[in-house]
Amino acid sequence: MNSMVINLFYLLSALLFVVGIKGLTRPKTATRGNRLAALGMLLAIVVTLLDKQVIRYELVAAGLLLGAVIGGVLAVKVQMTSMPQMVAILNGLGGGASLGVAAASYFSLLAQGSELSGSAMLVANASMMLTVLIGTLTFSGSAVAFGKLQEILPGQPMGFSGIKYINLMLLVVAVATGWMLTTGQLGSGGFVLLVAVALVLGVTLVMPIGGADMPVVIALLNSYSGIAAAAAGFIMGNNVLIVSGALVGASGIILTRIMCVAMNRSLANVLFGKMAEADGNTIDADEVYAGKVTSSTPDEVSMLLEDAGRVVIVPGFGMAMAQAQHAVRELADTLQSRGTVVEFAIHPVAGRMPGHMNVLLAEAEVEYDAMKTMEQSNPNFSKTDVAIVIGANDVTNPMAREDKGSPIYGMPILDVDQARNVVIVKRSLSPGFAGLPNPLFARDNAVMLFGDGKQAIMDLTAALHEAA
Amino acid sequence: MESFVILLSLFALAVFLGVELITKVPPTLHTPLMSGSNAISGITVVGAILAAGSGPDSGALVQALGFIAIVFATINVVGGFWVTNRMLSMFKRRG
Repeated sequence: MNSMVINLFYLLSALLFVVGIKGLTRPKTATRGNRLAALGMLLAIVVTLLDKQVIRYELVAAGLLLGAVIGGVLAVKVQMTSMPQMVAILNGLGGGASLGVAAASYFSLLAQGSELSGSAMLVANASMMLTVLIGTLTFSGSAVAFGKLQEILPGQPMGFSGIKYINLMLLVVAVATGWMLTTGQLGSGGFVLLVAVALVLGVTLVMPIGGADMPVVIALLNSYSGIAAAAAGFIMGNNVLIVSGALVGASGIILTRIMCVAMNRSLANVLFGKMAEADGNTIDADEVYAGKVTSSTPDEVSMLLEDAGRVVIVPGFGMAMAQAQHAVRELADTLQSRGTVVEFAIHPVAGRMPGHMNVLLAEAEVEYDAMKTMEQSNPNFSKTDVAIVIGANDVTNPMAREDKGSPIYGMPILDVDQARNVVIVKRSLSPGFAGLPNPLFARDNAVMLFGDGKQAIMDLTAALHEAA
Repeated sequence: MESFVILLSLFALAVFLGVELITKVPPTLHTPLMSGSNAISGITVVGAILAAGSGPDSGALVQALGFIAIVFATINVVGGFWVTNRMLSMFKRRG
């Protein structure tokens, strides 16, 4: 096929990607959107196979088959609680693939020389080095993110306060090496150096970032994987790579921003671990809780629920860890069958990636309309009879609103303390990611229901059934 | 150079289009959006196919790199679209 026809087909598949993403703006059209995007990808692959440059089909076919089998197995086997790890792997592989393409172009040029010259050559070379840099650090950074999420690596921030200077230095070395490669002052040894530096940079960038900030890291790496694909498109002058890469890059950047706003932190703050070095005045948990925490039983809480007209459930990652989402949905069903209005209030950073909690609830067949965002929920807490907090800690901590000295001051939270009654299901009074005590637990309208999340919720449901 | 400017314009326009589209995605669908858009970034498979399939005179190293890139990108594509489909079908079940 001639290149004009191929490019027109690439344009068509880029359009299918756009229509596909547009479909994702509504739950009703989302599945169709995803399928359209997949169709666009299939089209791009088939058209590329017809390109006259492709003459060794057995290698291509073997690669496609191997990748499809691994990808398919991953997609079918992965648990919904492990979705952040899955996305981290996919991000890393996307970056790695772009690195592979850039490296292949580099060595191909080295062996055969280029038809390009002058400024066109410079653009192609610079794109190549940029692809190598971004692709490689996406690859190693995602590997570290995966390790942290899978708890192979410790979740807390690792590193030392000077690490940002080392990162800066690595970046300078990488850019200088890349530039010398672009202008032809360095050979293949320089290329290997660039890859090595970028590999280390990916690791040292993600290592110091703690578990609580993972939603930001995942979103950012998502963006990088897209930018790497777009940069690879500049090497080959390929329009579909540029358009798709730009779409993914934009998506990641926007989600990164949403996550940062949800935690009231700047991107620089997250990247350089400001929160980890938070000021010295520690807040004494004993002082906050002393004699003011009320413990309760499932029977007592069930009496509260019997009379409630409106109940809001606030899930956190603790709920997912206890695999309690199905038990929670059963509780919600039981309440609804008694005529109680039940809603779920979901903080943007609940879970470990943007929207993760919604997926976990959807898995447990919670209705889409019952899931409310923080903005939708907050005005209604004062009209709520009982708020049930399960495994969510920092996102309900009133210190964020009231205590100017606290590290989370200014972070938008769910105003559960404004509900008539608050029930907190939790194993103990231990702090969450931010390491802070939660004054909510000591409020007059709050009771603690200590115990395993799943068991406590099942006991509640059973107590309600007895009452009926 | 002229073609570079055209490609750069394409990139800039696509970023704006992306921003417009993605700000309209509700928070509930952010995780599927991420895995789905990630699958789209697997479009690098196009470049990988050209590299791996480029024939004997490109050398074994180029073909090997192209092959690895095909495998990585295809995992990204197939895994990404498939798992997104899995998640989205859960949203449909009751809602």
